[in-house]
Amino acid sequence: MQRYTRPAILLHWLIAVLIIGAFAMGLVMTDIPGLTPTKLKYYSWHKWAGVTILALAALRLLWRLANRAPPYPAAMPRWQQSSAHTLHCLLYVLMFAVPLSGYLHTLSAGVPVVYFGVFKLPLLIDANAELKPVLKALHYWLNMGLAGAVGLHVVAALKHAFIDRDGIMQRMLPSFFFQGNP
Amino acid sequence: MTLSRCPFPLLHLPRLRHLLPLLPASLLAVACAAGAAPIKTDLANSSVAIAFKQMNVPVEAKFKRFSAGIDYDAGKPELAKASVDIDTASLDLGEAEMNKEVAKKDWFNSAQYPKASFVSSSIKPAGAGKLNVTGKLSIKGKSADVSFPLLVKLEAGKHVFEGALPIKRLAFNIGEGEWKDTGMVADDVTIKFRVSAAP
Repeated sequence: MQRYTRPAILLHWLIAVLIIGAFAMGLVMTDIPGLTPTKLKYYSWHKWAGVTILALAALRLLWRLANRAPPYPAAMPRWQQSSAHTLHCLLYVLMFAVPLSGYLHTLSAGVPVVYFGVFKLPLLIDANAELKPVLKALHYWLNMGLAGAVGLHVVAALKHAFIDRDGIMQRMLPSFFFQGNP
Repeated sequence: MTLSRCPFPLLHLPRLRHLLPLLPASLLAVACAAGAAPIKTDLANSSVAIAFKQMNVPVEAKFKRFSAGIDYDAGKPELAKASVDIDTASLDLGEAEMNKEVAKKDWFNSAQYPKASFVSSSIKPAGAGKLNVTGKLSIKGKSADVSFPLLVKLEAGKHVFEGALPIKRLAFNIGEGEWKDTGMVADDVTIKFRVSAAP
C-alpha cells in the first residue's frame, strides 16, 4: 500500500508529540496552586510549544495541499472513507484553532509571547479583561474537542492495524517500524 | 490653603494677624498662591504602575490604591514637594490569584508592610517642563535615596506629572527565597507614574 511522503510522516509525529506534551503541560501547570517559578516556567514552555505546533501545522497544511494523500483501499466502505476524511479535516482545524485561541488568550491577559525568551511575537489584540475569560473557556473546550478527536483518530488507527489489518495505519508509520516486513 | 504654608511668615505673628481682615481677600489669595501650596490630585486620572520582565516577557501592572500629595506652583517649581503612598496589596496583575500571591511574604509582605512610599527631599527645575526630583523611596522596610527626572505638562487645564524610576527589586527584598533568581523575574523594575492635579 502506498504510504504518506516522508515530510508528511515526520510532521505528523512531530506535531503528535508536541500536542501531547503541550496538552499534558497545560493540565499540570493550571493545577499548580499559587505562584511558583516552576509554574511560570511551564506556562512559558506551554506557549512556546503551542507556537511551534501552529508553525508546523501551517507547514503541514501547505505540504498536504501540494501532495495528494495516499488513496484508501477500494474495499474500504464509503462511510468509513468519508468519516475518516471528516475527522482529518477536524484535526487540521483544531491544530490551528487550539494554539491560536491560547495565543489570543495570553494576549487578552496582557502577556505577550516571547518565543524561547528571544523573539517577541506580534500583539494581534490588546489586553481585554472582558475577552479574557471567553478566550480562556474557548481554549479549554477546543482542547477537550481536540482530545476527543485525537482519541477517535487513535482508536480508528488501531482498529485498522489490529482488527481490519488493512495496512491503513502503516501508511503513516515511520519506515523503521516495519523494516524487513514491507 | 493654610497659613503655615503662606510664604509671608510675618502674617503668623499674633499682632499682625489682627490686621489680616484689612487685607483684601483676593490680594491675600494671590500672595499666598505665589508659594508652593498643596494642589488637589485627581486620582481617577493618575496611575502608578510597575514594568518588569518575566522570562523576558514584558509585564506591566498597576497599583489600584495609592495617594499622592503635591505642593506645586508653576512659578516656583523649586518649592515643590511631592509624596506618594502606595497600597502594596493593590497591585493588579490581571488575575485575582496572582494579586493575592504578590501580597504574600516573599513579595510585598503587605501584612507587615502595607505601604510603599516616596517623599521628595529636593525638586530642582531642569529645563522647560522638566524637574529633577530627589527623595526617599521606602518599600518593604527598606529605604533608598533616589532621583529621577519628572515631566510636567498642562493637559486639559490640569498639571500632569509624569516620570519613570528604575529600581532593582532585590535591593528592597522584593522576591525572596526561590524568587531571588533573576532569570525568572528580572531584577530591573521600572516604577512608572502619572499624577494629574488641579492647577
